[in-house]
Amino acid sequence: MSEKIKFTIDGVEIEATAGQTIMQAADEAGIYIPRLCAHKDLLPFGSCRVCTVMVNDRPQAACTQPVSPGMNVESETEELRQIRVNLVEMLFVEGNHYCPFCEKSGNCELQALGYRLGMLAPKYPYMFNKHDIDASHPDIYIDHNRCILCARCIRSSKELDGKNVFQFVGRGIHKRVAFNSDTDLAATDVSVTDKAIENCPVGAILKKRTAYAVPIGKRKYDSQPIGSDIEALRAEVK
Amino acid sequence: MTENFEKAIREICSGNADDRTRMIDIVREVQQLFGQISGSAMDIIADAVNSHRVEVESVVSFYSFLSEKPKGKFVIRLCNDVIDKMQGVGKVAKAFQEELGINFGESTPDGKFTLEWTPCIGMCDQAPAALVNDKMMTRLSSDSAREIVKSLKENEDEYRLIHMLGDGNNANPLVNSMVSNNIREKGPVIFAKFEAGKAIHKALSMSPVEVIRDIKTARLRGRGGAGFPTGMKWEFTRGAEGDNKVVICNADEGEPGTFKDRTILTEKPDLMFEGMAIAGYAIGAKTGVLYLRGEYAYLRPFLENVLADRRNKKLLGISILGKTGFDFDIRIQMGAGAYICGEETALISSCEGLRGDPKNRPPFPAQKGYLTLPTSVNNVETFCCVAQILDKGAGWFAEMGSTGSTGTKLLSISGDCTRPGVYELPFGTTVAEMLVKAGAEDAYAVQMGGPSGQLIGEADFHRKICYDDVATGGAVMVFNNDRNPLEIAHEFMEFFCEESCGYCTPCRVGNELLKERLQVIINGKGTPDDLDYLEQLGKTISVASRCGLGQTSANPVLTSLKNFRGDYEKLVKENKDGMQRTFDIHKALATGEDLQGRKSVIYAE
Amino acid sequence: MAKPKIATASLAGCFGCHMSLLDIDDRILKLVELVDFDKSPVDDIKKFTGRIAVGLIEGGCCNEENVHNLQYFRENCDILISLGECAIMGGIPAMRNTIPLKECLDEAYLNGPTVYNPTGKIPGDKELPLILDKVYPCHEVVKMDYHLPGCPPSADLIWQALVALLENKPMDLPYEVIKYD
Repeated sequence: MSEKIKFTIDGVEIEATAGQTIMQAADEAGIYIPRLCAHKDLLPFGSCRVCTVMVNDRPQAACTQPVSPGMNVESETEELRQIRVNLVEMLFVEGNHYCPFCEKSGNCELQALGYRLGMLAPKYPYMFNKHDIDASHPDIYIDHNRCILCARCIRSSKELDGKNVFQFVGRGIHKRVAFNSDTDLAATDVSVTDKAIENCPVGAILKKRTAYAVPIGKRKYDSQPIGSDIEALRAEVK
Repeated sequence: MTENFEKAIREICSGNADDRTRMIDIVREVQQLFGQISGSAMDIIADAVNSHRVEVESVVSFYSFLSEKPKGKFVIRLCNDVIDKMQGVGKVAKAFQEELGINFGESTPDGKFTLEWTPCIGMCDQAPAALVNDKMMTRLSSDSAREIVKSLKENEDEYRLIHMLGDGNNANPLVNSMVSNNIREKGPVIFAKFEAGKAIHKALSMSPVEVIRDIKTARLRGRGGAGFPTGMKWEFTRGAEGDNKVVICNADEGEPGTFKDRTILTEKPDLMFEGMAIAGYAIGAKTGVLYLRGEYAYLRPFLENVLADRRNKKLLGISILGKTGFDFDIRIQMGAGAYICGEETALISSCEGLRGDPKNRPPFPAQKGYLTLPTSVNNVETFCCVAQILDKGAGWFAEMGSTGSTGTKLLSISGDCTRPGVYELPFGTTVAEMLVKAGAEDAYAVQMGGPSGQLIGEADFHRKICYDDVATGGAVMVFNNDRNPLEIAHEFMEFFCEESCGYCTPCRVGNELLKERLQVIINGKGTPDDLDYLEQLGKTISVASRCGLGQTSANPVLTSLKNFRGDYEKLVKENKDGMQRTFDIHKALATGEDLQGRKSVIYAE
Repeated sequence: MAKPKIATASLAGCFGCHMSLLDIDDRILKLVELVDFDKSPVDDIKKFTGRIAVGLIEGGCCNEENVHNLQYFRENCDILISLGECAIMGGIPAMRNTIPLKECLDEAYLNGPTVYNPTGKIPGDKELPLILDKVYPCHEVVKMDYHLPGCPPSADLIWQALVALLENKPMDLPYEVIKYD
């Protein structure tokens, strides 16, 4: 029924199903394209731009761009690697990311991308902007210092939890995630079991009393680069 | 009181059919009535339109004309774009501050006045300019600023501020504005004579496909700047699935330095609306929307009247000109102060009552646009061309201009020139020819196409204005030898930082970083490495940004760096001793010295 | 030929990065074969004895003495390395960067719940270096040539980076050694 489409990523021919995005097709083929806002259970969003690839020499976000027959996708080029490093560095200097004591360290997707892309230190100046913390909820802790504005919480709440707990307010560098309440997070209908809480890629949304449970060395990205799970498929596909 | 408050807000909501897609209209009305959209107002609105408070807050916090905090009865928005600064807005600002006793961003304690800065309001040819609520105040001086405040204090009526009316329809009682058209050169397309109804009459004698064919034969391209072939856009929209289609006219001209659409909206609205109706016929649309930038609200009563008139003449409405099955009408959607809404998918978001975030493409608006209906968004000027093409023929149009760029182009020229205003020139005119017309022979740098375009110098003045050479949406800003290209670029970066929707990383963060490093160089603290830094960063923003705003936002830096590299190189110095010149130990110590009441011995001044 | 010299300093840091340096264990014997240790808290040499090949800086700059020391290192070192998160981005001390200095000092010395300070004054002895308005990453004060992240950077990272530099080879750092925590 579903039409098969052939195209190449970095010269590797892969087969996809019509209607898939480049990222979905690449994932299935065991080719990892770096990403932050994209999440397998959520609709494509296209905000972090880390998955930028060249499609027939034009930049596109792999998470939102549908596949088309014969398209020539470039992903692992030096130029794109540099752009991705730059984007990750922008996020590191925009927020206040204190990896040394962050509960998410070792399991954080932003940090893991920094590792994978070989970032030693951002070349951009740290902004040190003030951001709020909300610890009002008995089970959930929110630290906007670590938020990368990927909207996973907003989208998860809507798409998976059937709620509307989060939304963006403001624009530009002042953009931030707000709660559907006139006071704080505790006044919303959020629950610690919401997917919105689980799907935060960084340490901005955390479940209280769960931190530092896994020792250093055993955490998700301590020895396996982010994307290794997808790349492990490549061996099978081959 | 509270009951009345709730009743008033619920009435506003029901007046908009409790339709959450009309959120911008609802919150605009609430803002107008109460001077703010408070948290409790958001709760009531959310309840009335079956949405969520945070969704309302999301919209309110996005647009600069909307505010959760209370605004004064009179909001004075003074334009701070680069041209206004060149024309002495500083003195005007000081006069306002002194008369009102407040700073920018503040309100007077009695709640009467709020003083704010605003980016370009489309009056660069008569700068400095300000908005007092909806009223446009032009050619301001410190004296007139003081008079404005005095009059408002005495009369409490912004209508009494209008002493002298502008030319043409600016003097129409429905416009009642002191704005001048400043139409300096009339061409054969936009400012030619036009009889309402003639073009649509001809269109209706053809099939919709034939109309599109004519537009393609005329090789008409979008006038907003991107230059996409109009006929092709219409064909896609016509061919998309669905019976209900939409035509949107983008009258959100917010590119600093652009004011060409202002003159069309004032003097040629019939031509524009006729073009929209023809588009409706060609693509099979019933719905037309004119998205009018919030700053041009003073033109709304006049435009509504033109629409009413056209309905009376059967040029809009059911069975237009007696053609059964061709029903098309136009409503005006007001913007609320957001440059990004000039981007077509952001504009659609705004029409839908959302934040002005651009949408992901695909689907393109032609496939799924306004409320998921196939939608064609075209520029004000493009619709005018359409009407003339139908009236006078595709061949007539295609003969003007150059092969890739047919017809004429409206240019709004401002800055260091003796004849600022609107010029209708054939495509293919050189920059140098244009500068002579505008009285800008001593131009050092010219910003072609506004901040998102390019800053060019004399070496490029021989080039032609057209899509294949120097493309422009119409904004031309002229700078003479006294101006510093870096400072111009910095002004524009301020603008993009202010207007970025913040959706994607490169535009939200990258532009802030670009602006920061540019300031370092302007301050004389930069190194040659910083020029590479700007180029690399600018390239990342251009390549990785999600929409046209971000993709062009680094242009002020990238094009000034390319065309005025000497001005940059003059300011940067090698860092030989390894000490960062950006680090100022005395500044870093000042607070500490103050708090401790002693001076540094190590770093004694 | 004389061995190249290495110097180290701890600015606004916790000495954890220095501990990590010592964690190279028996490789320190090999390191001593490769280099001479110059000014450093490890050997308590206070002044540079000559031109330094590599300077390792732990900690960011929170006061005038840090700045002075860092500038002194820059003048005397061919290669300067930010060692650890504090040198790279200010680290934990930089958490005060989003709070006005007066509020920080008041909280620390006057209003904090655990403060006992009968004088009611913020310590201001002239022997104390003056505090800066915020904590500065090292590279904002002087040019830094390399950054080795971590809290602390692992002994393996320090070892591999140092050896590469001393042997004039590219720093080819394996995934496992680059960590920000």
